[in-house]
Amino acid sequence: MAQDKSVLLDIKDLRIDGYTGEEWVPIIKGVDLRLHRGEVMGLIGESGAGKSTIGAAAMGYARDGTRIVEGSSIEFDGMELTTATEGERRALRGSRIAYVAQSAAASFNPAHKIIDQHTEAPLHYRIQSRVAAQEDAMDLYQRLRLPDPDQIGFRYPHQVSGGQLQRAMTAMAMACRPDLIIFDEPTTALDVTTQIEVLAAIRDIVDQFNTAAIYITHDLAVVAQMADTIKVLLKGEEVEQASTEDMLENPQEDYTKSLWAVRSFKRTQKRRPTGEPPVISVQNVDAAYTGGIKVLDDVSFDIHRGMTVAVVGESGSGKSTTARVITGLLPPTSGQVLFRGEPLPPSYLNRSKDQLRQTQMIYQMADTALNPKVRISEIIGRPAQFYSGLSGTALKHRVDELLDLIELEPSQYYDRYPPELSGGQKQRIGIARALAAEPTFIICDEVTSALDQLVAEGILKLLDRLQSELDLAYMFITHDLATVRSIADEVVVMQNGKVVEQGPKDEMFKPPHHPYTDLLLSSVPEMDPNWLTDLLEERGVDNIGEAADV
Amino acid sequence: MSQFVILYFAALIVASCLAAYYKKQGPFMTLFSLTLISFVLGIVGGAGTLRLVATFAAVLAFAAGVSYAFREFLVVIAPTKLGKELKTAPLTASFGMFVIFTYGIAAIFAPWIAPHGESEVIASAFAPADENMLLGADQLGRDMFSRIIYGARNSVGLALSATIAAFAIGAIAGLLAATKGGWFDQFMGRFADVIMSIPSLIFALLMLSIFGPHVYVIIIAVAIIYAPRVFRLTRAVAGNVVVMDYIEAAKLRGEGTGYLIRREILPNSTAPLIAEFGLEFCFVFLLVAGLSFLGLGIQPPTADWGSMVRENATLISFGDYTPLIPAGAIALLTVAVNFVVDWMLFRSSGLKEQ
Repeated sequence: MAQDKSVLLDIKDLRIDGYTGEEWVPIIKGVDLRLHRGEVMGLIGESGAGKSTIGAAAMGYARDGTRIVEGSSIEFDGMELTTATEGERRALRGSRIAYVAQSAAASFNPAHKIIDQHTEAPLHYRIQSRVAAQEDAMDLYQRLRLPDPDQIGFRYPHQVSGGQLQRAMTAMAMACRPDLIIFDEPTTALDVTTQIEVLAAIRDIVDQFNTAAIYITHDLAVVAQMADTIKVLLKGEEVEQASTEDMLENPQEDYTKSLWAVRSFKRTQKRRPTGEPPVISVQNVDAAYTGGIKVLDDVSFDIHRGMTVAVVGESGSGKSTTARVITGLLPPTSGQVLFRGEPLPPSYLNRSKDQLRQTQMIYQMADTALNPKVRISEIIGRPAQFYSGLSGTALKHRVDELLDLIELEPSQYYDRYPPELSGGQKQRIGIARALAAEPTFIICDEVTSALDQLVAEGILKLLDRLQSELDLAYMFITHDLATVRSIADEVVVMQNGKVVEQGPKDEMFKPPHHPYTDLLLSSVPEMDPNWLTDLLEERGVDNIGEAADV
Repeated sequence: MSQFVILYFAALIVASCLAAYYKKQGPFMTLFSLTLISFVLGIVGGAGTLRLVATFAAVLAFAAGVSYAFREFLVVIAPTKLGKELKTAPLTASFGMFVIFTYGIAAIFAPWIAPHGESEVIASAFAPADENMLLGADQLGRDMFSRIIYGARNSVGLALSATIAAFAIGAIAGLLAATKGGWFDQFMGRFADVIMSIPSLIFALLMLSIFGPHVYVIIIAVAIIYAPRVFRLTRAVAGNVVVMDYIEAAKLRGEGTGYLIRREILPNSTAPLIAEFGLEFCFVFLLVAGLSFLGLGIQPPTADWGSMVRENATLISFGDYTPLIPAGAIALLTVAVNFVVDWMLFRSSGLKEQ
């Protein structure tokens, strides 16, 4: 089949306004975008750059509270979408333009079988009969390498795994053989090992049907695998656009270069201090939630003063449960946690104020970790007041000191509320709250995974600086091996509630590995555009699904 | 054709033309369709119907004007942050606030506003309205207007204290249940179910016949009836807050239940609770009025809107509107409170994005 390379989507001078509750402010400030048939364009940028808004606009859709400004032009296959009627636009969606959302679990209706949701669009547009549509669905499931393609569609969304559901959603987007698919961060919520199968499946199927795609992501390594061209966005404006190879080898703009350089932060590895007991020692811990399912199985590791221990693994591997055992939220069924050689009471309710003070936590979602109705001064001041009994000017002085420590200007932030801050600032407040207790040990639970790369790097550098200034020990829970590489001294790899490997970082990143560590390491996308192709060849395409299900 | 009819149509047409000229589509459509409907009404019902329509429209316009002025007044006197919120309030909400404000004034200053005493007999039974008695006399010849004013104090005061009592019991129990969880939560939940399974009016009648119709008995009985509803709502709202990471952080800090409830949970659940307060107030008010109507509420000669309806009920068969006045007072307050609550719910639910 000769592949048609004509222009499919032509967006000119796209301007979109958002309503703040008082006035309309521009979100997209004049972006041009031209997409040919069969071309995959990657849109990258920080959150708030307008990636998803442009993705929605490509379907002629403006979300609630936004509007497309007059004078913008969105031409899809010769049809002007900005002036088309709602009915005409709706006829395109689902049949000629499809959309794959970030969270497949939230986008599927849990009350209907997957295949019934799949066949809804073809039946609605009277493209196929129900039987034909179901057969086509099974064919697509096979092409996307879903296990048991003839049967999987008859399950409900909660009966399949996250990665499988994301592939089923891609299959659903393909149901009417659209000309254009918009992928809005389709793998962001997935583990690295699962991400690979979804990426490979998406890339294959887009290639097979000569479908054009807009691939929205903030992960450069992912976009390098998927896209033919990359467009970098910043605050609603285009920074630059180039083919993937050119963009990776020779970025023109400073902003793009800074994005590329983020992963270079790395600090020197520290050695264990000798002659003193570890700050935290987890010894042969077993733990189970009510219901009896064992989630931790004989977990042991030590964390020494001034060191960072990274605990890595997929979701469900027991990383966060280990943190809950250490903090005392989940008493272990056997085993114990020692603090400087002294056993800690299993439940936080029985721990002394001083024991509670020594162990602090920083959470993944700063949004839910900070009370939105309490001023910053009280959020940070409360631990100081609670543990050290400070009040009045002494307390204010301490809060100012802490705000200085996290590099926020005290006078500006003292009286503000968390919702008024950006994600990175909120995370800094979370750090300040932990520091206010003057702890010796801090658990960082995925602290950077909800943040943009540049902001995340700032947080990592801050944590690193605080560690050397205050001699803190960190337990760093993460699934991102790039973070591990930059900040960890020692690494603990967990799988299914067991520790499969542990040791100093340098040794962990050197072969030979435990097979699971190897799988984790090799699954982290690299900036090389041929990385995915090479990896798939190396692993053998057919067993990729099995490899990830280990 | 009478002068009134000519004026009526002239005013309507001029107004619609002005609306059309200034490109106000909504008002234009309303005004012009009213003109067209008026043609039909005028032919069918004559000038009388048109007069009724005009009166109705005038009352509506008057209410809207008062609401608008009252909102602007509140915006000016309120602190800047609250003023900004008030600016976005719909006219219905400010109308509600105005009515509540008026009732409040009437209740507080009743002895100074009312021209006659609460139980002072000044005329013959069911005497019609005159200069001395704005709304006529009731079945014993007492001034209806004075009794309405005193009634605001008694009925509203009673309903308010009963609602506050119900909220104190329900909200504290709900917050504790959500924070403690476990068997305490289960126990409180089942206990609330038991209370809710008893028909409320029968329960109130039972309590009042056992302990006698004292004000305190009414307040406690009504509080017990409504506390489980408040409990359920509070527990559900607080339940969503309790699972947040900041609560976990506070627990791990070693904070006690008191601090958790007061500083962490309560500030995040006030909006739905305040809205619920308004709603429950209406229900309590109607229940208290209902009890009074049955003769078990506030006892005579104390003025109370519910019992005033009952006492004057016979007059309705003579086509007099006297018994409808206290009923109207109840209805107006209920509607007003609901207008304000609607606005609050709208604000706290995030529907304002559109």
